Amino acid sequence: MKLYEHEAVELFRSYGIPVPRSIVASSPQDVRKAVVELGGRAVLKAQVLVGGRGKAGGIRVVGSPDEAEAVARLMLGASLKGEVVRKLLVAELIGFGRELYLSLTADRTNRGHLLLVSPMGGVDIEEIAAKHPESVLRVPIDPIVGLRSYHVRKAVRFLGLEGEAAADCERVLTGLYSLYSDYGCELAEINPLVVDERNRLMALDAKVIIDDNFVRVKGMPFEREKGPEDVARDLGFSYVELDGDIGVICNGAGLTMATMDLIKHYGGRPANFLDIGGGANAERVEKAVRFLLQKEGIRVVFVNVLGGITRCDEVALGLVRGIRESGKEVRLVVRLVGTREEEGQRILRENGYEFFRSMEEAARRAVELASGTA
Amino acid sequence: MPVLVDASTRVLVQGITGREGSFHTEAMIRYGTKVVAGVTPGKGGTTVHGVPVYDSVEEAVRAHPEVNASIVFVPAKFAPDAVYEAIDAGIRLIVVITEGIPIHEGIRMIRYARMRNVTVIGPNTPGVITPGECKLGIMPGHVFSPGRIGLVSRSGTLTYEVAMQLTSAGLGQSTCVGIGGDPVVGMDFIEVLDLFRRDPGTEAVVLIGEIGGDAEERVARFVVETEYPKPVVAYVAGRTAPPGKRMGHAGAIISMGVGDAESKIRALSSAGIRVAATPFEIPSLVREALSSRAKAA
Repeated sequence: MKLYEHEAVELFRSYGIPVPRSIVASSPQDVRKAVVELGGRAVLKAQVLVGGRGKAGGIRVVGSPDEAEAVARLMLGASLKGEVVRKLLVAELIGFGRELYLSLTADRTNRGHLLLVSPMGGVDIEEIAAKHPESVLRVPIDPIVGLRSYHVRKAVRFLGLEGEAAADCERVLTGLYSLYSDYGCELAEINPLVVDERNRLMALDAKVIIDDNFVRVKGMPFEREKGPEDVARDLGFSYVELDGDIGVICNGAGLTMATMDLIKHYGGRPANFLDIGGGANAERVEKAVRFLLQKEGIRVVFVNVLGGITRCDEVALGLVRGIRESGKEVRLVVRLVGTREEEGQRILRENGYEFFRSMEEAARRAVELASGTA
Repeated sequence: MPVLVDASTRVLVQGITGREGSFHTEAMIRYGTKVVAGVTPGKGGTTVHGVPVYDSVEEAVRAHPEVNASIVFVPAKFAPDAVYEAIDAGIRLIVVITEGIPIHEGIRMIRYARMRNVTVIGPNTPGVITPGECKLGIMPGHVFSPGRIGLVSRSGTLTYEVAMQLTSAGLGQSTCVGIGGDPVVGMDFIEVLDLFRRDPGTEAVVLIGEIGGDAEERVARFVVETEYPKPVVAYVAGRTAPPGKRMGHAGAIISMGVGDAESKIRALSSAGIRVAATPFEIPSLVREALSSRAKAA
């Protein structure tokens, strides 16, 4: 779960990481008021979750309340890389010199945590790492040891910080690590972390991604409007939307991906990823079908189930009911093998649906039907 | 000769009284796995499918010192606790079926296990099976058959699919290991490949990868650097996965420019590994690899 910048900024504040004064606003009038409160000049930052916001025009400096209101009128409600801007973070303008980079990430390769530090902030870390690998310091943090003073000293030395900036860096790193740990983050990143005229550090951006499993186990720390993927999760499915016309329902993440890939391999376009999980009964399958068919533009539903603990008769029943209840005209291609496959196939046959034993043949058939060549 | 589990494996089931734990205990016993004890705190003294239940791993191991592996069905919130308990009770092989363990918890748990030289398979794994000898997991046993192909995978049902293809092509399996779909897992591809390398009963290896992380790329380097002596055939799922989206498994995500299928396939191919375009090509690629090796010999 990625946080909006203003949410991450709030977290930073509560963990003692210095951030500029800022106000969240969702109307041009409120933006004007905020700019007045911040002294007449400010930076307006679109609150979106997509990356590359700055380059897409999502960050604008304004020199007066009038200008702020006019710019806010353009930004609010507009789409930024496909995402509608509903809120702006109005932040105090900060004069600064150097821009630094700091982040903590869960490092899957080394099965630990990783502190990344660079004196070349302001650009994407991938870009820094690619062009100037020597300017990125990687400090592995053992999960049992945690962040220690020697890690901090190493980072401070690498960044060449002295005096108050060095003391600030310790505070920032300690705060960032606590936040990262308390919220089970995949990533907590400050880019840029600037050194201002008084040799003090300040975080000018805040990026926090909380591990979805953490959210599931500990509860939602921030409110969110539910997208289709969240609705599916509440129903007990994993779901990802794509833009094709062949709906996909499978059991198991790997098999679902392989099924989508196979559709593409034969020239078709998968509409989604939908994993019904292990041991789904008829009711669950019916829910999955009805959920999926709310999406527009699906011409064919391709169901690929390999039943271990999942029973094929239950799957078949759920499919038949789901399609009937949805009232939509779609072609159904089913590949169903495993536990109680004969019963499952009989149910499908009785209801006039095709089924296949081979995933390959079924995928070819689904593509044929979607392209209208069948 | 199989790896990790065989006829001598004696199993403890943690979370045995839960719905999944109890269901799969029965399925494992039916397959022929020797399940000797179970643990659910507060349920000590009862039995599940004839298996005695204890309140703690310590008590279970005291009563059944022959236990040499544990399988964990405990829900995500309590699973790390169960794993620490098993490690501290001296169990050396722990299979963690549980899905949804927060990544920081997973990292700490795996780190502790490695410090104590304990092998953890998973989390979020279907488990390990040595066909005909021991099924320590939730896989449908009948799709596997004994033989000489080692199978290692990040996925569940896709592994069953491939095992089914191999079985119907007459290519039985020595051992099949699901390493788990989480971003951080215990035993990884390379460690399993290393076991297969030393196993005289394994002739060739099938590796099923997917998007996310760099495990497949590391396999490619490992195969080149060690001049891996057995043929490896791979398949990578997720060519159609969009960046930044989690494809079911917590670990299956293309993130910050790392982990897409094409670069994994490129890395594997350039290491001389045959990469199948679809799961059905796997059996024929395995045959091809085996016969070209036989010719070379």
